[in-house]
Parts: sequence; structure tokens; C-alpha cells
Amino acid sequence: MRRVNKDERTRIRFTLNGRAVAGDAESRMLLTDFLRHVIGATGTHVGCEHGVCGCCTVLIDGAAVRACLTLAVQAEGRAVTTVEALASPDGALNALQQAFQRHHALQCGFCTPGILMSFTDYLARNPHPTEDEIREVLSGHLCRCTGYAGIVAAVLSVSAGSSRQRNDSASPEPTLKLESRS
Amino acid sequence: MKPRRFDYVRPDSADEAVAVLAEYGEDASVLAGGQSLMAMLNLRLAEPAVLIDIASLKELDYVRVADGKVEVGAAVTQNRLKDWPELAGKLPLLAAALPFVGHFQTRNKGTVCGSIAHADPSSEIPLVLATLGGEVVLRSRRGARVVAAADFQRGTLTTAREPDELIMAVRFPVQPTARVAFREVARRHGDFAIIAVAACVDDGDTVRIGIGGVADRPAARRASAAAAKDIFESLAFELKGYDDLHASARLRRDLLRRIGPVVVEEALRCAA
Repeated sequence: MRRVNKDERTRIRFTLNGRAVAGDAESRMLLTDFLRHVIGATGTHVGCEHGVCGCCTVLIDGAAVRACLTLAVQAEGRAVTTVEALASPDGALNALQQAFQRHHALQCGFCTPGILMSFTDYLARNPHPTEDEIREVLSGHLCRCTGYAGIVAAVLSVSAGSSRQRNDSASPEPTLKLESRS
Repeated sequence: MKPRRFDYVRPDSADEAVAVLAEYGEDASVLAGGQSLMAMLNLRLAEPAVLIDIASLKELDYVRVADGKVEVGAAVTQNRLKDWPELAGKLPLLAAALPFVGHFQTRNKGTVCGSIAHADPSSEIPLVLATLGGEVVLRSRRGARVVAAADFQRGTLTTAREPDELIMAVRFPVQPTARVAFREVARRHGDFAIIAVAACVDDGDTVRIGIGGVADRPAARRASAAAAKDIFESLAFELKGYDDLHASARLRRDLLRRIGPVVVEEALRCAA
């Protein structure tokens, strides 16, 4: 039985974007805060902090979930994938990210990391979604800039593209690309 | 916001979870998918001293069919049940309702039993459980018991679960026919239902009708196929409705009168 008392800090270890990470946290620390403040991986954004806006969506063992509704201690032993994993180590954007750029699927970009992670999971399960299916997945996100049309167009363009492109967007290699904290 | 401090316990078995619950009772909350509880912790609407995390208990992560019922363990996520290949054949009403439960991203983590435990009056899964006449399997140090859905949900966010009891599973009776319909009105797909209506036609042309989002718990009724479309006028008065951020009680009653007969008609028109 794993137990972390409320006045205790514990060492938490999991795999982030293919690399083992560790850090100390209280039992109440959210995965969002652990990623951003302990690890320094600030690609995952914090919006509403109660599961509504979708900005903090990450993959845990491949499934898109809200990091703000997950305790850091619950990620122990899991594989966490964040938006930092999508581009290649040299900075080249993956097919889904390029499509977002091409179709003006973002303006301020605050909600974008969560949306990218949702569709990374969804397109892996359903590589040829209809527009309705895309909009249903998108209903789990709030974007106040785009009106969603560009996002739908971007996802449609990737899913309608070549199978090679689809594979690129659907299953990103778990590579780590963190900016160094100086 | 951030949760208040709590002791976090992750038991290795349901036995351990029950033992910890026996120790802390009312001071403890059970965490499964956390799609309601974690939000309540973050907003400090819930402030348990101890959090018992059962999400990763493999022994509770099962769906099985026994004695004409589909039993869903407490660690099964909503998306896992939604993707269960036998769902549409055995529980067509639940198959119709599950896509309305939250969003793709919250169903990845939210559990079927968690929805039952949380007992939000607008929730789809408690509505289906009530409509089909399902049951909840509870366990504590004192023993196990099975509570009928009609007796389980007592009101808004209130259930018959005692503080030392763990919800082990819920059981849905396998449906005899695939003649079902489900509709809901919400601000945005996946948001809390302002009103949800379920209907399924049993053998012998009895229609089961379930209504969520109007009273403080799901309302389940039966009517003959001939009379089913006409019960909503009196039902709207009986259930009264409630005012909240999303809709007035009057709008809820009005929606029920208009949508209820449509849903019944849809179910009756389905091929047997």
C-alpha cells in the first residue's frame, strides 16, 4: 500500500516523453503543477483547473486526460506524454502541428497544447474521423480565439492526408524536447 | 485553486481499501477517475482528510456478464465500457447514453461507478441504471450488500452508501430488446444535461421511461406503449424541476413535455 501523509513530501517517478523523471511533491500536488514547477516542462498549460477548459490535457499511458484532475502521485510508474514530445528534437513540427499552423488553428496558442494532445490520442484510435467526430472531441476544449473552424479544418486535413502523414501525427516518437531552465 | 492537504492512500487490493475505509469512514473519500471529485477538491468543495485511490486496482477493472446482468467493476472507465464490443447488443440504452457523458478526454479517466457514487441529478449513467432497474454492489468490513438503483440515489449528490462502504461494482440487467432512444439538452455537447430522457421498450410493449436533470434524482416510470407518450404532462408537474445556472425549473418542465413524447416515439419505432 502506497501512503503519503499530508505533511510529507515524497519522491515521485514516472516516464515523461520517453525519459525517466523524478521530483518531490506533497500528496495534494496536481500533475499540472508537478510538470510545470518541479520538472520545468511548461508546455502543458493551466486554465480552469477543474477539468472544463482542456488546456492541461496530456496523455497518460496513451490516453488523453486532464492533468489538472490528476494528482502527481497518481502518475507514478506511468508514461506521461506532453506537447513537448510532438516536434522532432531538431524542432521540426509534426504533421498535426504543421496543419494547425497552415489552417490558422491557433491565435494566442494557450489552448493549443491540450487540443494537440487530445487529437494525438483520438487520431491514433480513429485515423479517419468525420467532421462531427472531430467536433465532438473538440467539445472537450475551450478556445476563445479561433471559433474552432480552423482547428476542425486542420484535423480534417491531417486525417485526409497520406497514411504516412497520419502515422506521423498519430503516434509521435516519445522524444524529449525540454528547454533548459537557466 | 489547489486542494487542501490530505493523506493519500493507494491500496493494493479492494480488501485493503475496505480496511482503510473502515478506519477513516466519513473523513475519507474514495478516488477513482476523479473527474468530479478532483474538481471538487481543487475548488475546495470537498475537503477529505484521507483520499483512498482505487483507480489502479486491477481486480476492480472488469466487465462481465452473469445471471442476465452486466457487472461493471469500480475501476472501469466510461470509455472502456463505451468501447466494450458487447455493449450495443446487451445494453443498447447505455450505448446510446455513454457518448453524452462528459467529453472524450474525461471519459478516458472517469469511471462508471464514480458517476453512480457522485449522484449528480443530471448524470446519464445513474439515469440509465435507474431506468433499467440496476443495482449497486457495496462492501464494507461489516459485509457485502446489494442495493437497488431506486433505493441507492437519495437526492442531489446523496446516496445510500454508508461512510465505510466501497462501491465494488454496478449491475445493469441485460435488455431484452434493442428498442431504445436517448436524448439530452445541454449548453454544449458533454456539458451537464439540462434535461435527459431515456426510453426503452421491453417485451410485451411495456415502455420504461427515465428522466434526468429535472428532479433531485433520476425518475423511472413504466407505461404501456399506448399510454407512454401521454405521461409527460403530469410527470412534468410531479417532478417540478429546479432552477440553476443553466435553466429555470419552468424551462425544464417545458423541455420534458416536448422531448418526452419524441423519445418514446423513437423507441417505439425501432425494429425489435
